[in-house]
Amino acid sequence: MSRFRVSVHIVPRKGILDPQGKAVTEALHTLGFSDVADARVGRHVLLDVAAADATSAGAVVREMCDRLLANPVTEDYEIAGVEGI
Amino acid sequence: MKFGIIRFPGSNCDEDAYHAVADVLGETATYLWHKSHDLEGADVLLLPGGFSYGDYLRAGAIARFSPIMREVAAHARRGAPVIGICNGFQILCEAGLLPGALLRNAGLQYVSEPVRLRVENADTMFTNRYERGQVLRMPVAHGEGRYVADAATLDRLEGEGHVVFRYVDVEGATTDDASPNGSMRGIAGIVSAEGNVLGMMPHPERAVEEVLGSTDGLGLFQSMLAGVSA
Repeated sequence: MSRFRVSVHIVPRKGILDPQGKAVTEALHTLGFSDVADARVGRHVLLDVAAADATSAGAVVREMCDRLLANPVTEDYEIAGVEGI
Repeated sequence: MKFGIIRFPGSNCDEDAYHAVADVLGETATYLWHKSHDLEGADVLLLPGGFSYGDYLRAGAIARFSPIMREVAAHARRGAPVIGICNGFQILCEAGLLPGALLRNAGLQYVSEPVRLRVENADTMFTNRYERGQVLRMPVAHGEGRYVADAATLDRLEGEGHVVFRYVDVEGATTDDASPNGSMRGIAGIVSAEGNVLGMMPHPERAVEEVLGSTDGLGLFQSMLAGVSA
């Protein structure tokens, strides 16, 4: 077993109102960043996981997302990175 | 009738619920600690409002793994009544005992104010003391009460009469302004497909005495008495 640092991004699903993202977009516009069309605010989770290899580390984190880390009704997630530590 | 009021770390409407049941209704109430597996013979399980586990990750996401939730699910499977108010509603959704999810209020602010609810279905074990179309006054107090589900789920809830309460304005109409949180289709409370699990964001337990400004929540508890003993 090796250890891996798995990075997960969890964001509100497209099409579901994200008032936090909307407020951030408006604040950025106020600051003069008028090129920002949209912002979505989610969560970034870093996990230190023991697994046989990077593929199985990713697979087990996917299962964690399905069962706890992301809400299947309202959020999407992606494994942003798996690196050996 | 015995009400089991479940206490999670961070529950803060447990004593209000106890007061409504024991002091106002004169029924039996008992607190059930979230780590317990013993429902102590409770007929009705009530998951109160609050901030279980500090709302970490998502409201209700951690509480659903509390040991007592296995017993709550078994109680629900037996067809016995389970009611989740506010944070309790969030927990029931996270646990999959009710469909959908409750997200951050559309206006981003925590909302603590009296609202108007229209009874959409008066044929449930929780609403049989009301009349369909009756408008109730009771308070909401939440930051994450925006009910969200996919279109198919919403259509099914509506079609099968599982939308029990909807936010309405002074005129009794469902408008965007009537909802304190931007819930889809103005949904304030729903029941499960079998009708024995109720989740609602407003607080009926805080509307049971004149001194609280409304007694409209009483009917909900009285409905359960009639429904369960029948």
